[in-house]
Amino acid sequence: MGESGPGIFRCNLHVHTCLSPCGDLDMHPRALVDEAVAQGLDIIAICDHNSSENVPYVMRAARGTPLCVIPGMEVCTREEVHVLALFGDQAQLSLLQDYVYANLQGLNDEDAFGMQPIVNEAGEVEGFNERLLIGATGIPLEDLVSRIHEYGGLAIAAHIDRPSFSVIGQLGFIPPHVPFDALEISARLGIKGGRERFPELSGYPFVTSSDAHFIHDIGAACTRMALQKPCFAEVAMALKGEDGRYIEEDA
Amino acid sequence: MNLETLAEALGLKCKCCWEKLKTTEVKGGYAGDLLSDVMANSNAGDIWVTRQVHQNIVAVASLKGHAGIVIVQGASPDKDTLDRAGREGIPIMVTDMSKFEVVGKIYQLLSEA
Repeated sequence: MGESGPGIFRCNLHVHTCLSPCGDLDMHPRALVDEAVAQGLDIIAICDHNSSENVPYVMRAARGTPLCVIPGMEVCTREEVHVLALFGDQAQLSLLQDYVYANLQGLNDEDAFGMQPIVNEAGEVEGFNERLLIGATGIPLEDLVSRIHEYGGLAIAAHIDRPSFSVIGQLGFIPPHVPFDALEISARLGIKGGRERFPELSGYPFVTSSDAHFIHDIGAACTRMALQKPCFAEVAMALKGEDGRYIEEDA
Repeated sequence: MNLETLAEALGLKCKCCWEKLKTTEVKGGYAGDLLSDVMANSNAGDIWVTRQVHQNIVAVASLKGHAGIVIVQGASPDKDTLDRAGREGIPIMVTDMSKFEVVGKIYQLLSEA
């Protein structure tokens, strides 16, 4: 890679932590950062279900490592569509968090859905989130995407090839008026497979990620992006194909 | 059975396209909230019972040639949904009943017709 040109970075924009009720308890901040580094990832985005309370600890755990951690959340809309919201900083994410919590009802049942521990960068349990994070918010899809954009974030439709909790599964097709910044294809299908299955979506950028709920899944898939350096702003440029940044689809 | 007879028998509240109720024939029914499933498995002339209120339900009903849509559990369709249904001529009816109850009653009505 030249000094002036972009280089290829490996990005996994959909990683859960132990805070997600379905996330493995081994997915605590230090462990998942260590694994991401070991797997040669350059960027990960932390996207727990309807919550972001482990994000600051993952970011702290990544200090002093080459890994860039993007603050994010996987929000479940009123239609039960999963959308990834990614931000450049934690303050923007916390605005979305307030909006999500104001529209999320119910309490978690650990026996039914799993524990929701908030764990710091030293692996110590700070507390437990008591909300029903696995539930759907009352937020309409359109409102969520416009709120993510209002706060400066990127809105990515999650795992669109999956039958459940995807925009296509729930709503039959991608509503053309909803300005998604990208569509995520699950690791099993991959970007190339996604292009073959969804020729009508050729106008959207595709990303693929591991949607890791277990530590050994973190390196299972990634999107290769040509960036100047690993950071949120560069990822946003790559999704738009701006100024020499792009998503490498053929790899 | 026409849609008007069915709507009156079940006490459904019509939110748009009233003028079509009398002339729309109900041939069968389908229930579902996964629109991909409804697109794949429902038939023309079906009355579709759902809890989804997103405007995509109108596109699916229109594509499949459904007789109309019943939204259950007291949910109200978005304004965009009603506007689009009005434009595309898809009757939308609402009820406080659960999907289970509505489907049971419609099934019985259609079986007896």
